[in-house]
Amino acid sequence: MAVTERFVGQPVLRKEDAPLLQGQGSFVDNMSIAGMVHMAIVRSPFAHARVVKVDVSKALEMPGVIAAWSATDLTDEWAGPLPMVWPITEDIKTSDHWPLTKDKARFQGDGVAVVLGESRGLADDGAEAVDVEYDALPAVLDIEDAVRDGAPLVHDELGTNAVVHWSHGGGGDQSLFESAPVKLKLRYEAPRTTPSAIEPRGALASPVPSLGEFTLWTSTQIPHIARVTLSGTTGIPEHKLRIVAPDVGGSFGGKLDVYAEEALCLALARKTGRPVKWIESRSENYSVTIHGRGVIHDIEVAATEGGKILGFHVTELCDMGAYFQLLTPGIPELGGWVYMGPYDTQAYWYEFTGIMTNMTPTDAVRGAGRPEATYVLERAVDALARHLEMDPAEVRRINFVPKFTEDRPSLMGLNVDSGDYLPAFERALELAEYDQYRKEQASRRENGDIKQIGIGLSSYIEMCGLAPSNILGALRYAAGGWDAAQVRCQPSGKVTLYIGTSPHGQGHDTTWAQITADELGVTPDDIEVLHGDTATTPLGMDTYGSRSIAIGGAALHYALQKIKDKARTLAAHELEVSEDDLRFEDGAFRVQGAPDKVRTIPELAVSAWTAHNLPDGFEPDLTATATWDPKNFTWPYGTHVCVAEVDTETGRTELLRYVAVDDCGVVINPMIVDGQVHGGI
Amino acid sequence: MANVSVTVNGVAREADVEPRTLLVYFLRETLGLTGTNVGCDTSSCGSCTVLLDGESVKACTLLAVQAEGREVTTIEGMASNGQMHPIQEAFRRNHGLQCGFCTPGMIMAAASYLRENPSPSEGEVRESLEGNLCRCTGYHNIVQSILDAAGQTAGAKA
Repeated sequence: MAVTERFVGQPVLRKEDAPLLQGQGSFVDNMSIAGMVHMAIVRSPFAHARVVKVDVSKALEMPGVIAAWSATDLTDEWAGPLPMVWPITEDIKTSDHWPLTKDKARFQGDGVAVVLGESRGLADDGAEAVDVEYDALPAVLDIEDAVRDGAPLVHDELGTNAVVHWSHGGGGDQSLFESAPVKLKLRYEAPRTTPSAIEPRGALASPVPSLGEFTLWTSTQIPHIARVTLSGTTGIPEHKLRIVAPDVGGSFGGKLDVYAEEALCLALARKTGRPVKWIESRSENYSVTIHGRGVIHDIEVAATEGGKILGFHVTELCDMGAYFQLLTPGIPELGGWVYMGPYDTQAYWYEFTGIMTNMTPTDAVRGAGRPEATYVLERAVDALARHLEMDPAEVRRINFVPKFTEDRPSLMGLNVDSGDYLPAFERALELAEYDQYRKEQASRRENGDIKQIGIGLSSYIEMCGLAPSNILGALRYAAGGWDAAQVRCQPSGKVTLYIGTSPHGQGHDTTWAQITADELGVTPDDIEVLHGDTATTPLGMDTYGSRSIAIGGAALHYALQKIKDKARTLAAHELEVSEDDLRFEDGAFRVQGAPDKVRTIPELAVSAWTAHNLPDGFEPDLTATATWDPKNFTWPYGTHVCVAEVDTETGRTELLRYVAVDDCGVVINPMIVDGQVHGGI
Repeated sequence: MANVSVTVNGVAREADVEPRTLLVYFLRETLGLTGTNVGCDTSSCGSCTVLLDGESVKACTLLAVQAEGREVTTIEGMASNGQMHPIQEAFRRNHGLQCGFCTPGMIMAAASYLRENPSPSEGEVRESLEGNLCRCTGYHNIVQSILDAAGQTAGAKA
């Protein structure tokens, strides 16, 4: 029977939930393998210190300790340093980042030795017994201090802490900026933040010594990228390394990285021939998992007396931390493409300097570069409104780019695909009862009420759907931005999807099944979605940068069209009609005017599998793979409004309204979309 | 080693453990009940919440030996006869979970709280979750799930 129900756009309950609700999640720490040992890392308590001596002999005497090594002991384990794949400029100064540091510790938490124990507790006991002699050095903890003359150097061999400078080069008419009647110079800071997934990171490496093969289960967003890069660090050939991202307990960018501990688990599994597990403690999570932000922004706004914005100049100092992690140097620049926001400006300049400090490395956290840009831009627009004594809503209103439906070249050089900013803005104001609250605010100010009202506005555009491969190439990113999906119609009428994205709470199992159900005339319950395992899924680029549906979903769409094209040929053969006489309607191929002439995809999957009667040249099996490399980013936009009440005597703050109007594109599952927006706010 | 006898999800369990073993590691590693997750080493996140004689407790704040002779209920003990507990059903219906890592602790905290206060207000539910952290949902749908389980809302939001 053909399934005629449509699922896209419906709040289909999640396929993922049943095991997670009943304590049957496959999180890394829930896995054990016979013979498994536990890894603990000896970490520097100093932000900056020379490592004088590492003595593991006392640890080796501890009960339950299997082995212990210093960084020097493990030198031969590495085929290369840990990966950094975004050397954003030609003259970027980089230093090798090894899984353990030999000469000096560059941040509090830098690993200097490693211990294996029969249990996690025994490994931790062993790590405490390792004797490390440090010679503490002055540390640089502030990015402005870090570039002053005589500042201590994080990487001595680089000769400076200012290791990368990237300039957009500017766009538009810079002379307009010079002659502008109103110019405001402003400074805003976006302090460091931590991704803080509730599941800490963890990894379990299991060897097959006779074959030199390894499986690494790791709590990651990026199993495919981890495979090729960890192969480079460990020297394990790529085809002998399988990476699995099982259930991943949140990430927010923290697991969009390749870490020392993953490389160490693999190297020590190779060295000992035993499975090696490492589970991050919460304290480690805050000191060694990447941080985000850490940026000082200087922005200059040029405008007319009437509030028309003429241009933005932005210069940033960005805290890279002690090492480049996977994407570190490129993160600020992601903001550099959206600093104009939804506003119609005529002059633009953006540059940043990346600075090494004796702090935890920074990298992508929640939005990565773009939220910082939006924050700074919106603060600047509010400052302009205050300066001109205008309503901040009015300043935004007169500056929005008018509606456009085709690619619009923007000053920063990328084409924005479409936008209609003003209606989203007006809708947000209406829902928040902006005008009434402005009046209420004015009256309370006048009366000197103890409880005062503040109203915050934020309009934005975001560069999502990372990313067109050719643009990534132009930005010196080492990989592409395409993704892949494979569809296999099984003989029993079920469908298996093998996808290249790797979810960690976003509900891909459900949404990918909804798309497929509508295309193939089956139900989401008939569909299994496999992901996050490099041994079974097609080579994809994983999950980050709001890319999964935009790119992976499009790859799935094209794979489904291939399935339908093939199925159509088979249906025409079986029904003895021309392919042109077939319509795919109500979940099946149908011949116009002949209601008994119907073939469903599951029926055709059986025919393709038995292969007893196929058209000439038709390959058995109903399976297809497709990739999709996007032509542009997606450019969503929207406005958020917050109305807060502050008790001016106690400081107690209450939210009276929070309204979000976001351009979500095609909503596949409104329940999941709402949940994602709630979480983001 | 210390001997511990505990009733877990209605079954008498006994084992010798290191005296320093925390209840959560006794459940996870000795008994193999890995549904109770460990999210922090600071008693902050509440992922490891279980019921001890019916009341919620963070299983990382107790030694296994402190549970001697007592009854522990974990997330694995919530469903019966293949049917999820009404709180579990409500979390599913209201999209009260995303990555699912904090979820077992949320459900156990809710089970304990709804026994104390079967008809809570939204504000009371929010307050009752003070000891449980979630990073995915923004709490909104968790609160809706618990209110739904208590019969305080119409249920499915969509």
